[in-house]
Amino acid sequence: MRGPSIAHIVLVIAVLATVPLLTASNVVLNFLTMALLIALVGQGWNVLGGYGGQYSFGHAAFFGTGAYVTAILQVRYGINAWLGFVLGIAAGALVGAAIGALTFRSGLKGSYFALVTLAFAEVLRILASVAPITGAGVGLLLALDLRPQAFQFQSRAPFYWIALALVAVSLVIARLIEQSRFGAWLVAVRENEDAAKAVGVDTARVKLAAMTISAAITAAGGGFYVQYFLFIDSGIAYGPWISVEALLAPIVGGVGTVFGPLLGALVVKTLGELTKLVTGHAPGLDLVIYGGVLVLVIAFAPHGIVGLLADLRARLARLKSLVLERVHG
Amino acid sequence: MAEPLLRVERVCKRFGGLLAVDDASLAVDAGRITALIGPNGAGKTTLFSIISGFLPPSVGRIFHRGVDITGMPPHLLARRGIVRTFQIAQPFGGLTVHENITIGAHLSRRSRADALAAAAEVANTVGLGDVLGRPAASLTVAGRKRLEVARALAAEPELLLLDEVLAGLNPGEIAAMVPVMRALADDGITILMIEHVMQAVMSLAEHVFVLAEGRIIAEGAPQTVVGSPRVVEAYLGHGAAKRLSAAGGAHV
Repeated sequence: MRGPSIAHIVLVIAVLATVPLLTASNVVLNFLTMALLIALVGQGWNVLGGYGGQYSFGHAAFFGTGAYVTAILQVRYGINAWLGFVLGIAAGALVGAAIGALTFRSGLKGSYFALVTLAFAEVLRILASVAPITGAGVGLLLALDLRPQAFQFQSRAPFYWIALALVAVSLVIARLIEQSRFGAWLVAVRENEDAAKAVGVDTARVKLAAMTISAAITAAGGGFYVQYFLFIDSGIAYGPWISVEALLAPIVGGVGTVFGPLLGALVVKTLGELTKLVTGHAPGLDLVIYGGVLVLVIAFAPHGIVGLLADLRARLARLKSLVLERVHG
Repeated sequence: MAEPLLRVERVCKRFGGLLAVDDASLAVDAGRITALIGPNGAGKTTLFSIISGFLPPSVGRIFHRGVDITGMPPHLLARRGIVRTFQIAQPFGGLTVHENITIGAHLSRRSRADALAAAAEVANTVGLGDVLGRPAASLTVAGRKRLEVARALAAEPELLLLDEVLAGLNPGEIAAMVPVMRALADDGITILMIEHVMQAVMSLAEHVFVLAEGRIIAEGAPQTVVGSPRVVEAYLGHGAAKRLSAAGGAHV
């Protein structure tokens, strides 16, 4: 499996970076910023689920921690937003490491791992909905302070570029993992844990490291969300919606690939918007559509869009060689 | 006498009411091929799993170069140079042959390029050089067995634990595999192998341990061991040795 090169990543990011120069439409920028947020969170999930084969159903635990720590540090302690954002990522990583240590040490795999991660996210959601420090049921509102130093901007474009920069970093991280020994070990864990152990892979440690990186990336998404919307409550931060989006984007786009989460996020978000256009704002209908898409992808394109494109390319190459044979033969 | 490379000392393994390995002791000397044989269900694979760290023994100790390694996890044993293969081949199914072997090569090599190069070299020595780009899942049984060996070899073991790498192969494939194993031993790798294919055991092994119902019932040079009445009885049933000798060995 040869993944994309850094040049591919630079190219894709450069093209996406021109969007705010071409349109000032808030609708377009808002849509793309949300898609990029899901791409970021999805890349976090992809590190653990795609490369490591550990399907988490509770990435909200990391998203929410990133969001709450970023918000609480500002609202309650007056700490600078950027510093809060960085500490939020660190806190997310810490939560990831803690949950990872607990689940992997007890040898949880497959659906058991998925269920336990879901349980952790739900417990955090309930705690956040009653604890005074998180604003309990009311949530936390960030004070309006439209200055770049405060990680707040007058227009959508800077937010879009920041989201894009975060996605760029996550793409580079995925690519570095793909090309490293750690990545090879992570994929080995996904494919066959016993075989990996037999050739010297410390599988528990590899999974723990993957979960920590995964959680940090997803927590960055949470911190960004808070700065973008200036509001967070327990349902948004730790709710199942983000856990679903986190796994949907990479699965649709292509699990265990560098560009899978980004492609998947764009497709899933586009589908979500289209359903809203057709059906109006019936709450929850986009989730129904997501469910349908998930079933279709798993049934017909288990390697996602990236897999479909690779298939297509292989077929074209075969067709080409066939045609050439005809011509020369 | 010098300390053997591997020493298994009075190991027992109990699964509930079943005593799978019963007070088994054996030693593997450096630089030669040792075989562990025995009828089906004798506890060979269980003993292998204990030696390679996949199962803890209920009782007993295991020493590597005189160091107690009992209960050490598999990945640390692999780093000490003890690497196993699996009786039922366990490929990384979604990866290519090359990538499979590379995982083994990464044990001592951080760099991806170095590991890939080393893996390609190992693939050539076991005859997988032509199928490097194939998905591991597409290999035949014989191919998978070779892949098991290749992946383990890439980890550069000092002691290679081969669990029935010849099982399921046809005579032609066995004949092709035996020289590969011989070459490994010639390269200085110590081998402990579980094997049912007696022809291979007789031609490869210098020392044989026989396990039956969890106990080591005989050991020694292959020729002497297979002639032992206890071994014959373990395979063919109680009284078989007597019946065979009464028949004057005419049917043997």
